[in-house]
Formats: sequence, structure tokens, C-alpha cells
Amino acid sequence: MSTGTTKLDVVVSDVVPVNELVTRFHFRRRDGGLLPTFSGGAHVVVEMRDRDRTRLNPYSLMGSPLDTREYTISVRRDDVGRGGSLFMHRQVKPGLEMVISYPVNLFSLDLRAKKHLMLAGGIGITPFMAQTSQLAAAGGNFELHYTCRTASLGTYADVLQQRYGSRVHLYHDDREERIDLDRLLSSQPLGTHLYVCGPAGMINWVRDRAASLGWPSETVHFEHFAAPQPGAPFDVALALSHKTIRVGEQQSLLEAMEAAGVDPPYLCRGGVCGQCETNVISSDGKFIHNDHWLSEEDHRSGCKIMPCVSRFEGKSLVLER
Amino acid sequence: MAAKTIISRPIYGTLSPQPGKHHLFIADAEGALAIIDMAGKAPPGFFDGAEIDFIPGPEGKHIAALEALKPAQLHLSPSFASLLPRLKQTLTNAHMGLRIYLAGTEGLIGQAMQVALEAGVDHTFMQTEHRGSLARRMQCVHCKGITENVTTQPALCSHCGLLLLVRDHYSRRLAAFQGVCINAEDRSEIPPMEEAFP
Repeated sequence: MSTGTTKLDVVVSDVVPVNELVTRFHFRRRDGGLLPTFSGGAHVVVEMRDRDRTRLNPYSLMGSPLDTREYTISVRRDDVGRGGSLFMHRQVKPGLEMVISYPVNLFSLDLRAKKHLMLAGGIGITPFMAQTSQLAAAGGNFELHYTCRTASLGTYADVLQQRYGSRVHLYHDDREERIDLDRLLSSQPLGTHLYVCGPAGMINWVRDRAASLGWPSETVHFEHFAAPQPGAPFDVALALSHKTIRVGEQQSLLEAMEAAGVDPPYLCRGGVCGQCETNVISSDGKFIHNDHWLSEEDHRSGCKIMPCVSRFEGKSLVLER
Repeated sequence: MAAKTIISRPIYGTLSPQPGKHHLFIADAEGALAIIDMAGKAPPGFFDGAEIDFIPGPEGKHIAALEALKPAQLHLSPSFASLLPRLKQTLTNAHMGLRIYLAGTEGLIGQAMQVALEAGVDHTFMQTEHRGSLARRMQCVHCKGITENVTTQPALCSHCGLLLLVRDHYSRRLAAFQGVCINAEDRSEIPPMEEAFP
């Protein structure tokens, strides 16, 4: 059961390669109507039906929230991932009918802010595409700092610079350009909110520096969809549904439960939203927590697990599902 | 410590040193003691980046104790009104990372918070500690006039003269408790006036 994720029947209206790793996909409603309204930072969960297997991956909407004739997402190809991005790159062509969820926003702008400071790393640029469109249309005050590996992998850097000029600052790893984070964070006017989307290491670094420099945690917003990591297969007993299931190497615990006909609630499937939080009844072994939802204390306690991204190694695991 | 009665009634905590390099303290009268108590828990060098704006009040105590903390700046003002231009200027020029600490009477905490809110600082980001008088700043909901230092229940509106029940209903935007006419049906009915907020 996907809490709040009513489905949308869409058709792929365009597929546009952006650079050697990133491709953009456009979706329109099959009935030709307008899509639901969304706000900058929202994502949709895309259902990928790949023969006998269905993958459900979240992607940030990157189009302008002012235009709901179509939704656009950008997918970075991950050659060693679990295959979702490869499916999108190889199998999805214009005209294909697909199913996506209603948009959900777990990374929304705090519009009380006097200024919005945005930090993007790599493909983490996508939610900011929508947020900057939203803010620019309303005369909002924002500044975007975007780190990418090389100029050719700086997805949409050209578009953003053309749209927003000096409000966009680029940093290229191959040119040894580094963001002077402490200086940036120390020179923001009172009332600024900070948004960061990118690799986990970048998010942790920015959150850590912001906290040390006195930014209240409520002013620091971040989003990182952790793709479920593959790992050794493990067995899980589901106490409420009286089932014992095996989680495959390339499968997430959530996917294994769904395959067994157990439907925990979910929204993001990326360890962010907290919907699929599950109580542990008993365990003998080691948890591999990969989420951003539970506190460190929860992780240590061994009493909770986020089945969308986290795994287990050991003798036995019994969950309250 | 004020008990929580209705949801808007502010509750105050105990000042504690926050991470960061820049700290702004605004205090009146016995609020100085909250800063001095907190100083015992502060890391070395904490006050090197601190400004204390202090309104000593008629008794004029605690100034030497605040000086002894060696803050980067200690500024004394005779009243909140006289502090206001400086406070606004400080917040206009301030950067993210400035931590705000408010200590003393409810009127001082509320009015300083009101200025900080306008500068974009959410009320949840500020440290507060109530010390000293329980006197309230009250808005008459009928004429909208503000009466300072209300200590009685009911209280007279200093603008329109109505006799008002001082409610726990608080407005952060106005930095005032709401006062509502207590004898609207029969103005000859005068309930006894008691010292409720000493």
C-alpha cells in the first residue's frame, strides 16, 4: 500500500539525452489533461515494469511548477546499480505508457525565508531546477552553488546560468574548484534557509559545518534518496502476517515484503520520508542501516528498521509486519 | 515559571550556550543573572564573540558582573525603546550563525523576539529565560492600545479606560497578552482588583 500515492497513468512524450550520463524523460497524462499541481522539491515514484520484475524508483520533478502539462525527470545512468536507471535509459522510449505516483514533496522551500541558499552536487541539481523556477516566478531571493565533476557533466549548468546569471555559482572538480563553505555559510543574511541535495558525503559535510557555525537545524533542509544497496540474501520472519521471506541479493527488504503480498506503507522508497518505519520484534545479527530517517540512537537500539533501504546480516530477524 | 494554560501562552526555558561564533544577549534587570548562570557552562572564549544589550532598570544592579564576563560589547540602555534602533541595526547587519538569547521580564523577551521575528529569525531558534517580574504587556482588544507593566487582574486599559480581564492568550506579532472587557454586560459591576502578576 502506497500511502498518499494515488497513481497517474502517463505516456512518455519525449526522451532527451542531456549528456553522457543523464537523460531527461517527459511525461504527459494519457487522457491529455493537466497533471496535479506540485511545488519545487517534489518527487514522483516511477513504476518500471521490466518483464516479471517491477521497480519503484523516486525521481525529483525538475520542470517548472507553473507548467503542469507535463512532468520531467532527469535520470543519471548508474552502470553498477540495481538496474532502474539502466531500464530507464534503455527501455523507455517516447510513446511508452507508464504509471507514476502523485507528486510528494519532502524537500519543500520554507517560504518564510528571507533568502534561499541552495547547494547541489551532481544529479542533486534536479529538485533545484523546479525550486529556482518557482522562486524566480515569485521574485524570490535565491543563490545556487552547484558542484559537478566536469563541465560536460554539469547537467543543466548552462541552462541555469542563462536563466539566472550571477545567482548561479559553478564548481568543477576536475579544475580543483572547491566551494569555500565556511565563508559562504558565515556571510548569509539573517533569515536565510539552506537547502542541500547531492551525495551523502556532501550532505553530511554541509549539515555538520552549518551546525558548527550556529545555523539552527530547522533552517537546514536536505534530501538524499539512498538507492537500496544490494547485499547478501537474508531471511526475515514477518510476525503479523505469519510469513517467512527471503530478501534477495538485488532486492530491498521492502520489495521482498511486497513480493510476498505484504504491503507496508511507503512514500519515497529512499530512506527519507519515514513511512515504512518498521519495529523489530527480535534479532540476532547486525543491521545495515542506510536511511536518513531514524536517529543514531534508533540505529544503535536495533528496535527499528527502514525496509526500503536497510538490510540485515545474521541468524534471525523478526519484524512487526 | 509560568504554567502552560493555552497554546499561545509562551513558555520559557533556561539559557544554554549554542554552537556558533556570534552571540547576542538582550536582557533586563534580573535577566542578567540568567546570563551569568549560563556563563558557567559556556566554553572558553564564548564571550569573545558576544554582544550583551542590557537594560539595568531602576535598581541598576548586575552591570559589574556582566562586565566581568568580558563580552566583545556591553551596551547599556535606559529602556527598551531606547535600545530598539540599535537592536534593529544589529539584526539588519547580522549573518546566519548569530545566536539570540533573551532573558528577563516577559515584556522584554516578547518585544525583543518581535524585532528578531521581523528580521527573519524564527521564535524556535531563540533561547529564552524568564527572570524577575511577572508584569505583562497587554493589548486591549477593544481599542488596540497597549498597556505596559500590568500587574493586576483585572487591569485598567490605559487608553480607553475599560476594565479588562488579562488573558493568557498571547500574540507574538504584537508581543502582548490580550485584555478583554470583564464587565461588558453591566459596567457597574466592578470585580475586585488583585495583584496577579507581581
